[in-house]
Formats: sequence, C-alpha cells, structure tokens
Amino acid sequence: MFLINCPYCGERDQQEFKAGGEAHIERPKQPTELSDDEWAEYLFMRKNIKGVQFERWNHAHGCRKWFNMVRDTSNDEIKAIYKMGEKPPSQ
Amino acid sequence: MTKNLRVKSSEYIDETNRISFKFNGKTYHGFKGDTLASALLANDVHLVGRSFKYHRPRGIMTSGSEEPNAIVQINPGNNRTEPNVRATEVEIYEGLEASSQNCWPSVEFDIGGINNFLSPFFPAGFYYKTFMWPASFWEKYEFFIRHSAGLGKSPTSSDPDIYDHRNIHCDVLVVGAGISGILAAKNSAKNNFKTLLVDEKNELGGSTVFENNEFNKINNKTPSEWIKKEIEELKNIKNLEIKTRTSVAAYHQYNYLLARENLTDHLEVKDKTNKIRQRLLKIRAKKVILATGALERPLIFNNNDRPGIMLSSAIKKYSEFYGVACGSKNVFFTNNDSAYESAMSLYNKGINVEAIIDIREQSESKIVKKAKEVGIKIYWSHSIVDTTGYKRLNSISIMKLSNDGTSVTGSKISISCDCLGVAGGWTPAVHLYTQSGNKLKFDEEKKVFLPNQNTSEQISVGSCSGDFKIDEIIKNLNQKLKDTLNINETDLDSIKVEIDHENSKRNIWLLPSDKPLGKTKPFVDYQNDATAKDIKLALREGFRSIEHVKRYTTTGMGTDQGKLGNMHALGIIADTAGVKMGELGTTTFRPPYTPLTFGTIVGRNVGKFFDIFRRTPMNDWHVENKAEFENVGQWKRAWYYPINGETMHQAVQRESKAARESAGILDASTLGKIDIQGSDASEFLNRVYTNAWSKLAIGKCRYGLMLNEDGMVYDDGVTTRLGENHYIMTTTTGGAANVLGKLEDYLQTEWPELDVYLTSVTDHYATASLCGPNSKKILKKIIPDLDLSDENFPHMSFKEANIGSIQCRIMRISFTGEHSYEINVQASYGKDLWKKCMEAGQEFNITPYGTETMHLLRAEKGFIIVGQDTDGTMTPIDLQMDWIVSKKKYDFIGKRSLYRSDTMRVDRKQLVGLLTDDPNIVLEEGAQIVSELNQSPVEMLGHVTSSYFSPNLKKSIALAVVRGGKDMMGKKLFVPMENKNINVTVANPVFYDEKNERLNA
Ligand SMILES: [Zn+2]
Repeated sequence: MFLINCPYCGERDQQEFKAGGEAHIERPKQPTELSDDEWAEYLFMRKNIKGVQFERWNHAHGCRKWFNMVRDTSNDEIKAIYKMGEKPPSQ
Repeated sequence: MTKNLRVKSSEYIDETNRISFKFNGKTYHGFKGDTLASALLANDVHLVGRSFKYHRPRGIMTSGSEEPNAIVQINPGNNRTEPNVRATEVEIYEGLEASSQNCWPSVEFDIGGINNFLSPFFPAGFYYKTFMWPASFWEKYEFFIRHSAGLGKSPTSSDPDIYDHRNIHCDVLVVGAGISGILAAKNSAKNNFKTLLVDEKNELGGSTVFENNEFNKINNKTPSEWIKKEIEELKNIKNLEIKTRTSVAAYHQYNYLLARENLTDHLEVKDKTNKIRQRLLKIRAKKVILATGALERPLIFNNNDRPGIMLSSAIKKYSEFYGVACGSKNVFFTNNDSAYESAMSLYNKGINVEAIIDIREQSESKIVKKAKEVGIKIYWSHSIVDTTGYKRLNSISIMKLSNDGTSVTGSKISISCDCLGVAGGWTPAVHLYTQSGNKLKFDEEKKVFLPNQNTSEQISVGSCSGDFKIDEIIKNLNQKLKDTLNINETDLDSIKVEIDHENSKRNIWLLPSDKPLGKTKPFVDYQNDATAKDIKLALREGFRSIEHVKRYTTTGMGTDQGKLGNMHALGIIADTAGVKMGELGTTTFRPPYTPLTFGTIVGRNVGKFFDIFRRTPMNDWHVENKAEFENVGQWKRAWYYPINGETMHQAVQRESKAARESAGILDASTLGKIDIQGSDASEFLNRVYTNAWSKLAIGKCRYGLMLNEDGMVYDDGVTTRLGENHYIMTTTTGGAANVLGKLEDYLQTEWPELDVYLTSVTDHYATASLCGPNSKKILKKIIPDLDLSDENFPHMSFKEANIGSIQCRIMRISFTGEHSYEINVQASYGKDLWKKCMEAGQEFNITPYGTETMHLLRAEKGFIIVGQDTDGTMTPIDLQMDWIVSKKKYDFIGKRSLYRSDTMRVDRKQLVGLLTDDPNIVLEEGAQIVSELNQSPVEMLGHVTSSYFSPNLKKSIALAVVRGGKDMMGKKLFVPMENKNINVTVANPVFYDEKNERLNA
C-alpha cells in the first residue's frame, strides 16, 4: 500500500487515490486531421514498462486533483511527484 | 487417571487459579497462564491430532505459532467455534473446549489411519495423479475424503463477536519483544521516537526469560534475571506503546503493516461479551525494526513424527516457563549446543535425562562439559535411525554416523524414552522481511537465509538477522540502532556480556538410516505429510523449481506454511540436485504470517455497514406505502408499489396505464446532478456532448449524449441553462460519479485554460417527476401563480418558482413521452414536495410509479437506457441517434472515433425495435436473435436489450441490438428459446406516439 505525497494535500494512503494510466499523452488538438492509424496511436497505445514509468494519479477521495508520478514498477518506488503542467523530472 | 507432570512452580503460572477445560470431550485441569498445549502436556497428553494424508498420530511439537501438529477446533459446535487454531497459542480459560481436527471418528481411533499402511500408494503428487483420471473416480473418493480429511469446521451461525480496525502512525515499530526488540524499543523511545512494540505472545521477553544457562551472563546476571529488570523498566518509558498478543500478519510496501491484536480470546465467555474480540492494526511506521527471532529446526530422520518427539527448545520452555515436564524419560537429539541447555534445564529440576545423541564428533563448550559431569550419557557421532511407539514414543534406535554423514555403521543401540527433544539449529524468522519486498542471502557457514540489507526505513536485528549468541546480538544491535536512529549513545554501550562459546557445528539435512530411504518415513512437512522421499521423487520426476516441488509435494502448504521444515526441503533438494542452497532460493513467504479470522479482516464492515446504501429524501414515504425496492448503484430506488397483493407485473401494468391516462409521479432524486459554472461553460459542454450548446437560450433544456474518446456512448441526460455562465447537468443514476470524474479529468489535464467549475449537487436536490395528461393541472394547484401555458413554459424549458416558501426549479422535460415536469427542491423539502403533489393529484388518481414502470414507459417511446440498451460498444450511429451528432462542430470527445473504419462498418450491431408475431409473448432480455434456424453453427445476430408487455399498446414490445439491423425494417427473425422458437419482426424502436403529440397535449 503506497504512501503517496499529494502535491496539494501531503502524504496520504494509497486507498484515497485512483491510478489514471500513462502520463504525458496529450489529446491531439486537431483530431479530424489525423489518419486512423495516428488516432489509434493516441487512443489505444499505452506502454507497460517494467521499470521507471510516468503515470497519472488522481486524489479521488481527497482534493480530487490530478497529478503526475514517476514510479519504478519493478519495486514500486515512487521517484517523483509533480503537478499537471509541470515539466517531468529528467531521468 | 492421568499423570501430573507439573514439576515446579513457575512465576508465569498461577497455581492458585485452577482452570478446568475440555479436550475431545474429556475434562482436564490447568492453571491460569497455561496454554492449551502446556496444560495438556501437564496431563501427559501428547496425542492431539492426525496428519493430513496418512492420518498418523501426531503430538505437540513446539511451544509457539510455528506449531504444525497441534491444530485444534476451539469451542466446537457453538457460534464462537474456530478451526485451525494452534494449541500452543491458546491461553486456557474456565470453560474452554477444544477438539482434535482431521480425525474421524476420533483421534484415538481414526479410520484414515489406514492410509498410513497404504502409504506406498500415496507418493508425492498422489492427488494429482489419482484423482485426475478417470474423472468418474473423483466422485467415488469424494465422500471418503471429505469426511476423513478436513481441516476443521467453519461456524454455521453468525459470529457473536465485535471486531475492529485501528490506524496507527508511529516513528518506530518494533516487531518482536525478545531481547533485541526490548532493547531496540527502549532506546528508540528514550530518544523521543514515538515507538510501538508488538509481540504475538502475552508476555514480553521472548526466550530470554527462561535463558538460565549458568555460563551466560549479562551484567553479571543470568539472562533471565537481567531481562526481567529490563521489562520492568519498559513500563515507565514515555513515547512507548506496548501491545502483546499482537501478531504482525503482513508487511507491505512503504512500511505499511497489518497486525492482529487479540483482546478477548484468553477470557472466559462471560467476559467476552460486548467487547472487541480482535482488532486489526493498520500501522504506518517511519522506521521498522524487525526483531522476530528465530525458529528452532527439527532434524529429519526415520519416523521423526511420533507424539513425544518435540523441539528441544519447546521442552525447555515447557519446563522453565510453564513448569511442565514433557516426559519422564527424556532424550535429546542434536547438532548443536542448545540441546545441552534444555537437558540441563530438565536435570536441574530433577527430571530424568537418559541421553543426548549428538551428530557432531565433539563439543568443548562449558555447558557440554557440565552435562558430562552430571552423568548424562552422550553419544557423539550418532544418529537416530528409527523410533517406535504408535500413539506415543517409547524407544529410539541409534547407530554411529559415517564420517561423510551419508550412512550409519556398527551395531544398533535401542534407548527407551517417552520424550525426544530435537535440536537442528535455528532458522531466522525472515517472513516479514521478505514480505516487505527485500531479498535474502544464504549464509553458507550458518546454513541460514538472512536479510540481505538494512535500509534507513527498515532493519533486522537479533536472531532474525542471524545473530544467535547474546554477545553478537548486543554488539550488532547497538551499531544498527545508532545508524538507523542517528544517535551517538545507547544503553547497550555499557552492557557487559560473558558467554559460553559453541565451537563445533555439523549440519546434515537428511539423516541416514540403516534402511533404504524407500523404507523409511523421514517427515519434512509434518502437517502435510511430505517426506524426504517425496521430495526426492519430485526431483526424479523432473521438477526443478523450488516453487514447483513445493506444490507437487505440498511441502510448506499447510496452515503452518512449513515454518519448521522448509529449510530441510531446500537442503535436501540442493544436496540431491547438487546445487548450492543460495542459488536455489526460497519459496515465497506470503502474508499472513499466522492465519487471520475473517472477522479481523472485515472489522466493522458487516451487516448494514457491509456496503453503503443511499436513500432519497422521499424514502420514508415509499417505505410507508409498501414500495418494493431495487438497488441501482448504491441507491435504494422504489421499484414498484404493489397494492392489494398485486404481483410485480400487475402493479407495473396499472402504474403504466395511470401515468399515460391521468397522472403518475416518480422519485427521480437519484439522477446525478452536476452544477457547471464559469465563463467557458458553454464551450465546455460543446466539447463533452455530441450536440451543439452555444445557442441554447437561458431557461432552456437540452438532451445530451456523452461519448468516450473511442466513440462509444458513455452517459446521457438533460442539461439546463440557468444563466449566461451557469448550467445544471443531469446524468444517469449509476454514472454520476464517473461522469464527474471524467469531466474533472478533461478540465484539469487537457483543457486547463477553460474557466469552468464543477460541483456535484446530486444529494442537494430532491426531484419529483410529475407526468401524464393531468400533470399540468396538478402543478397548477401547487403553484397557482406560475403561468404553465405552452407559450410561457414550453416543453424543454425551465422555470424557477416557489411552492409556498420553498424555492424550486422546474424543468418541463419528459422521459415517458407524456407532458411532464421535473420539480427540484432542496433535499430536506423532498418529502414535503412529494406529499403536496400526492395531495394535489388525489382528484386525478395520481399514481406513484417506480423504476420498472419508468423503464416500460420509456421503452414504449424507444428511449435508451445507457447501460441497458448500450454496453460500451454502441456509438450514437449504432443507436440510430444520428440526429444528436453535430456535423458542424469541429471536435467533441469521441468525434474522431466515429469516423474510424471499424465504427463505420455497416454490419455493426444497431438498435432496433422487435415485435413478436404473437403479441402476448414477452421476450427475455438477453435472448439471442438469429435469422436462420437450421444453420449449424447458428449465427448470432444480436440480442434483446429491453422487453416489456405494454399495457398502453396491449402488446409485447422489445428493443434489441441486431447486426445490420438498421436495414432490416420489417424483416422476420427468430428468437430461439429452450423449448420453442419465437417469431419476431424488426420494427421502428419508437412504438408509441411517434410524432410526440402527447408532449404538448
Ligand atoms: Zn490531494
């Protein structure tokens, strides 16, 4: 059970949070300009890395804010947490 | 008449407090402070159970939670009964009853014992090999197996006890209150760390409280004298919370640990009532100090499982702590010095020690010399090759070990005895350490797996980290405490230790016998009857992975999870396969360390607290008027209102007619309501709904369909524009929370530039939906000053009004196709509103209707229910709702996906109406639809999603999704059922008032 440091509330138990999949996949600004393949890339394709992964998390049972997390999926170490819109830490 | 083996008074046993208890129906006596095991042993009862496969008689083997054999059913037959409890952990109380498990009809005469004689036919993998084929055999065996091989009985009536959960946050958690744990906790608390010390036993001090080896001294005192003073001092330390009878079950990531605190299990029944029985502690610790100790290992030799064969350390504990002699003629069998301590402990109390069998060639330590001096016979380089005694050990035979330890030589010596203490060395209890996600390393010299690392958040100290001698423990503990707590001085700096050094070790995982292995029974896992033979067989059959061998032989798969024998299993595999133990690794140690009750796990979340119910403000009225309820998400919704013993069908038919002929009223409070404000609110709605919102006038309502980005219908509902920058959105009852979540996600992550604020107001408003041709007249009676003319208040528009002094929002919208109003008031006025409507509607025979009638009425109109007529694979086009998809808007959620090749396929399943040729037959929802009956395999075209008998149309109607259904209007199809084929015709899904004339009537 992770202890997650919400950037707005501080350390809280994992059960207050919801995971939201891979981070930094921006919704295309002009979807209608995209080919089926390009749209499918945005819509369906997600990485599932064993190792360091950038993820979206939501403090669903708290401030309800979305934020980003860098997590090593092999040992669940949370390496960084940063707000939406902030630059990801360089690896 | 049973023997009394109580040998001396013990300060932990209150001999003035005599307690009677029953075991297998017979009454025995013990004292306050006894465990069930110590009290039985004091009564010379060793035989307490039968093994799982061969039903061999088994006795008490240990004195703690690692016990494999003495597994009992507590309080059989009443609602507090509990199976699989270790007799070594049960503290006795007046009136306690316990019985043996896994024996039928009784522990003394067990019919399954015949398996023991059939054991050549029960090799490793027996159950896999035999019962897999032929399949019909299983049924024949099942009766026999279910009767003779059960592990206890679960209670048949509800649990009378209360359970609880508690969250604990601390700076330092110390697990285990032996010498290391006590010193760690003391120094942590003294340095102002908020410290929690837990131990599974009811007394602190671990094995040190009965450590009386005269050659070991701490500050010139025997370890037992010294630790008692330390324990006394603990009680006055601030910042330190101590919890005994508390077993840590699981160690999760981020120092999150679950522990079970036992509060009433040791109390008499009259003192258990209305108290919390067990509490699950959810502990978040900044630092964890594991001081979980070590478990003594047995030795693996032929027939090493007879009642009377015990761990040497257990014999010492029963003698020193409980004042109980486990036998009158004792022998020890060892590979290290600790058995000599146990032997001397018995000797010093005047209990007969016949001999010590030692597989080593010699040992020069002081305690060994002392044993020699007092005249205990020691057989060096000898091993036990066999034992006798069916229900109780009565002799052992020993022979000289060869130099390489693989065979025995010379003549056989038989020694008569009734108790054998076995000492095979110590296994660090690393279970919690590995649960936390860390790796083990193998120590070739000590022959143990040890924690591979300490971190700033977690350290292992004492014997669980491989330090078995007091001097090592103190020295290493001191350094680890200084490092992890970041302190310069500790109490340990001034501790002076003298110890009796052990100078000889020998380890043989499987001891030889004079008989070939195939003719012997060297048990490795006592509870599951796995022998060394089984393990070797598994290797011969090609199993290599330790995890596979475990499952194939069932080694380590009992309720004790192989706490005693796992190391031997690994050792035997390593020796046989010629690999190093360190390379082999271990099986996974899974939580819980000791079994947990379901009660502890669920805590207070039982009965009405098991799941949350949401009730509307009008709920009381529905209950008073005998509504039947259905669960919709967490909501309890009125389903229908039967009167005069009506069936559901009758009630729904009556309610549906009344709503169309005069007036009906529905409690619609459960619909999700989201208040949307901000200067970009209109733009936001444009992006989340498929249709256009910019031009919606203030005071007007519009139906919207929300898609997922994949183009599939996600939710629907009516949204009303309350002001220039203010809307109220309704969602489906079940979708409310998810819709809010999805909208927040887009606002925060994709469109943070939009000035929009969302607030869930579902619970803030109560909603009564008034419908039918007389709804207007009823509303007029309630709010006489509101102009209800079509000009002032047309369909799909909104008014604010007052009912008396209650403010309300009224939307003229309809889910039934009738002229209707949704009246919203502040939730606390919901019941008043409802009553006012009922009162005003009385002259029009206003009829309350529930969700079933609502579904029927909307199906007559062909309105979809998201989640019933859709299933996450339906686009608006599939639903024949092209009209709601804006062609002009540049983008909205899901738009691009509507033009994917897959979503544009013409043979997708599409929503259609279905009419049965026989109007009285009502199709089953979920029934499959086909076009050919004589095809094989038959091609499924789709299925029925909604189906009702319409009282207003006087015929059966259905909605269905059918492949290519859009172009099948009028086509004859079939719904094949179990006993008949139903002929149906594809129809327009709008069955009633296609021109919407009634909306404006
Ligand atoms: Zn937060």
